Amino acid sequence: MGKLFEDFSLGLFFWQAVLFIALIFLLKKFAWKPILDSVNDREEGIKNALASAEKAKLEMQNLQADNEKLLKDARAEREAMLKEARDIKNKMIEDAKGEAQAQASKMITQAQAAIESEKKAAMAELKNHVAGLSLEIAEKVVRTELANKDKQLKLVETMLDEKSLN
Amino acid sequence: MPRKISLKPITLLLFLLTFVSFAQDNAQHTGHENADRATEVKQYIQHHLKDSYDFNLFSYTSDSGEEKHFGFPLPVILWDNGLKVFSSSKFHHGEEVAEVDGSFYKIHHSKIYKVEGLNSQIIEDEHHHAINEKPLDFSITKNVFLIFLVFAIMFFMFSKMAKAYKNSNGMPKGTGRFLEPIVLYVRDEIAIPNIGKKHYKRYMSYLLTVFFFVWIVNLFGLTPIGMNLTNNIAVTLCLALITYLITTFSGNKNYWKHIFWMPGVPVPMKIILAPIELLGTIIKPFALMIRLYANITAGHVVLMSIIGMIFLFQNWIGSSLSLLLAFVLAILELLVAALQAYIFTVLSALYFGMAVEEHHDEAH
Repeated sequence: MGKLFEDFSLGLFFWQAVLFIALIFLLKKFAWKPILDSVNDREEGIKNALASAEKAKLEMQNLQADNEKLLKDARAEREAMLKEARDIKNKMIEDAKGEAQAQASKMITQAQAAIESEKKAAMAELKNHVAGLSLEIAEKVVRTELANKDKQLKLVETMLDEKSLN
Repeated sequence: MPRKISLKPITLLLFLLTFVSFAQDNAQHTGHENADRATEVKQYIQHHLKDSYDFNLFSYTSDSGEEKHFGFPLPVILWDNGLKVFSSSKFHHGEEVAEVDGSFYKIHHSKIYKVEGLNSQIIEDEHHHAINEKPLDFSITKNVFLIFLVFAIMFFMFSKMAKAYKNSNGMPKGTGRFLEPIVLYVRDEIAIPNIGKKHYKRYMSYLLTVFFFVWIVNLFGLTPIGMNLTNNIAVTLCLALITYLITTFSGNKNYWKHIFWMPGVPVPMKIILAPIELLGTIIKPFALMIRLYANITAGHVVLMSIIGMIFLFQNWIGSSLSLLLAFVLAILELLVAALQAYIFTVLSALYFGMAVEEHHDEAH
């Protein structure tokens, strides 16, 4: 211990204190602060870059999910549209079919009605004709039978009977 | 052919044995001479561990008996009734008395003493302590010169490193690539774990400076130039004192409370603990001072003793073994140089951490 005190040099202590404290402050200003600041900045930069990359990745994933959803929606919409179109087509065919049927049945009824009326007209005409014919026959019979009176009368009677059967 | 080869190690062994016996024989003759040599080595080591007023690289005695020195003198600055500045060449390597403005000075055991006249000697008491007056000595000695040198090296190196960051967009360049991991190590492994993320920034300048300063100075101590700064108690005292002052002035309420009125113990214990804790605040930096001083000094003494043994053995087995041992030890000292810087920095950080520690709950 005594040797330690004996070896102690005040001059060395003085210079060490002055120079070392000066060195701390000089290095603080010219070295440590700029070095640590730029290292810090760099580390922050790396951290931020990593964070933003992570964020971009997440965004990308979201975007992809969105795209998928959009695609799915579009597909569903297409399906729906197709289905609707098919339905409309079917309906139109159905409708057309119904209408045609209705038209046809209407036409048939009309035709039937027309046939009926033609038939009626033909029957009436026939009746008229028969009546005319009958009148003619009657006239002829009358004329002949007028000559042969009894005999003709008998004949008219039979003929009329036949005619009425028709 | 095989026989010839097997003979070789035996001849070598025989040769060794004869050489050893010859050397032992020789050593007996020169026993007295060897004792002288041992004292010389011891003195040389002691001299090497001391500061000096010249920057002496090496010296030898020429054939004509004249002592030759290689190196350069350094300025001597004394305060003895006024400032006195002169070159250390006036002392002629400590052999002569220097006369400056009517005062006479002489170097005795690497210290400057005032003497009466040109031919007067240092007067010693019975413990071989000089009783002459010592002027206030602020000389640029070899060690002070090393402080200046390390100051310049560190300032140049780190300001250049800082500039490189600015010019290269935050990337290290050149030596910075080597130094940056060390700077980051001090920050991430020493400062942040010991002090905490909240306060560590305030202490970074001191921790980095002290770490690199001690390391570089220790490395200089290992060079053959023989400049040892950290084996001076004045230097380690200065460093430990700065750590102590920073710790004391950054101590918060919690720190002082733990010293003067330890929470969680009975009142009589509090009274007993207060002086112990108070003493502890001084013992901690004191241990820092002694640890660095003792480790470096011991390393130098051991290393130099083993190198000195090369000259004492006087035979090539012992000397080469000493050389090998010295080599291994020198490598160990390289490790110690970094380790002591690391320990000093870690412990300083630990003390700062204690001083700024936030208040915990009483649970602990």
